[in-house]
Amino acid sequence: MAEIRSFTMNFGPQHPAAHGVLRLVLEMDGETIQKADPHIGLLHRATEKLAESKPFNQSIGYMDRLDYMSMMCNEHAYVLAIERLLGITPPLRAQYIRVLFDEITRVMNHLMWLAAHGLDIGAMTIFLYCFREREDLLDCYEAVSGARMHATYYRPGGVHRDLPLEMPRYEGSRFRSKQGTDKLNEARSGSLLDFIEDFTDRFPACIDDYETLLTDNRIWKQRTVNIGVVSPERAMALGFTGPMLRGSGIAWDLRKKQPYEVYSEMDFDIPVGTNGDCYDRYLVRMEELRQSNRIIRQCVRWLRENPGPVSIADQKIVPPRRVDMKDDMESLIHHFKLYTEGYCVPEGEVYAAIEGPKGEFGCYMVSDGANKPYRVKLRPPAFIHLSALDEMVRGHMLADVVAVIGTIDVVFGEVDR
Amino acid sequence: MSMRSERLAERIHARFGDDAELLHGTANELTLIVAPEQLIETATALRDEPGLEFAMLVELAAVDYLVYGLDEWKTRSATESGFSRGVVRGSPPVSAETPQRFAVAYHLLSLSLNHRLRLRCYPAAGDPPRLPSVNDVWPSANWLEREAFDLFGILFDGHPDLRRILTDYGFIGHPFRKDFPLIGQVQVRYDADEKRVVYEPVDIEPRTLVPRVIRDDHRYDPAMKD
Repeated sequence: MAEIRSFTMNFGPQHPAAHGVLRLVLEMDGETIQKADPHIGLLHRATEKLAESKPFNQSIGYMDRLDYMSMMCNEHAYVLAIERLLGITPPLRAQYIRVLFDEITRVMNHLMWLAAHGLDIGAMTIFLYCFREREDLLDCYEAVSGARMHATYYRPGGVHRDLPLEMPRYEGSRFRSKQGTDKLNEARSGSLLDFIEDFTDRFPACIDDYETLLTDNRIWKQRTVNIGVVSPERAMALGFTGPMLRGSGIAWDLRKKQPYEVYSEMDFDIPVGTNGDCYDRYLVRMEELRQSNRIIRQCVRWLRENPGPVSIADQKIVPPRRVDMKDDMESLIHHFKLYTEGYCVPEGEVYAAIEGPKGEFGCYMVSDGANKPYRVKLRPPAFIHLSALDEMVRGHMLADVVAVIGTIDVVFGEVDR
Repeated sequence: MSMRSERLAERIHARFGDDAELLHGTANELTLIVAPEQLIETATALRDEPGLEFAMLVELAAVDYLVYGLDEWKTRSATESGFSRGVVRGSPPVSAETPQRFAVAYHLLSLSLNHRLRLRCYPAAGDPPRLPSVNDVWPSANWLEREAFDLFGILFDGHPDLRRILTDYGFIGHPFRKDFPLIGQVQVRYDADEKRVVYEPVDIEPRTLVPRVIRDDHRYDPAMKD
């Protein structure tokens, strides 16, 4: 009989299931994992150091590029840290807009996660369904900020501008019939809020579709049930947050427990799992889609009825209106100073955390009173979750590594920073 | 939140004595300063004792205070030739032996009692700075300490696997220290003659687009708030 020996295998960095540039060095005994050693940092671009060399506002765009699946949530933590140091609170309407877009971002992130996770472990169809709905949400990003992904929409003191009264429409082209164009523009005839409301009407049925494809699917369950089990105690010790922690049965959600912005006004539930395996985390995320949909509806209702300013009036922090600059000296000076030197933030340190789609996204900021942050440290949830990968995959088969990487919802923009 | 932080402050004083160095910072955040020798003992107490119950280490951030409070552009005093212009190049004006140059901030979270605490520890002066590892107290410190070692060169005694994590294989230096230039030390290109990738010293000039300025702003002075 031939002697069986363990060997080392390289997984990634160019592997479609590695979700970017993860290099895993696996020590295998046949098909069984004995040890997994993730090598990260292939996408390291020193975002934190770059942020320390620029005025505060100029780094907001970098935050989009961290976790490029939940752009505005990253901005939110960064902006929140600056606001806490400055001691300012954005107007109520801005807070509702932030909550609205945080939840849109959460839906977007979970759709992308579901699509990629499904594709990784063999459910091909779900990919197209998820991207269909995600496209509408990217259009919301575009309508409000001009960019489909890297929005730079949240600013210290509020948001960049109010929600547009008109949703951009498709133009006719020779590749699409008039009927086809009209059908695409049907939901886009009104304002952005009309479009979002129409989306929230359609979306619960879409989630039902996804669940029909997956939740009772025999193959899906075989690939996820009892894979990567984490006990509640262990999840806490390993620093898990977000759906990873809730999947293990701990009802912890910063939106409920330490509410920021207007989350205390919102009516929603925290889903929790029982077994702490990949399947439970899948169920938690599916329920979060429904809960986010609820929050979006509440925000839309409030925003319709309550017009008002979307940023504070302090022109030392928020730029003046373009119109005012034409004939007001003071506004011109403010604009010039703000876009060249920026504003100084009082000395102090603060840790601002938000409930991002993947878990707690935090920003620790130290200011020495200058116009640039002295130190920015970002807390990406996937970095902490990935450090537990070794523990989660030990004893599993090679194919299960892919399921565990998928369930962590890892994005290398934020792991490597 | 403030009620909660007051209650926590009382408990910390009750446990660690009235002379425990507890700072009340921005946004009601509490910072407990702890000496390196007492770090493990304090951390274990914070994790296990009822009323504290910090089961989770959410974040570990190293800070290099080398150029803290120094601006590149003097705006407070004018000279005969007017305000100074731009940035003067040169090495950072503070020596690397500055006491309390580095600090490590541990951000703790208690899920059962819903409060947060920042634990700050200054490694003793000297290069490399050393701290005991809290990996045995909170396993989530594993990669966070590796990152602090990689980027700041802080050694964590007792860490099971203190390797570099974010920088390239074979990287030299600790890039997030304030005396490490933003443009780096080396650049990489493919050499067609040697048929391999070669490392060379950087040949671009460091630039400062916006100088660092510190201005007194009385609007944010807590003493001026009514």
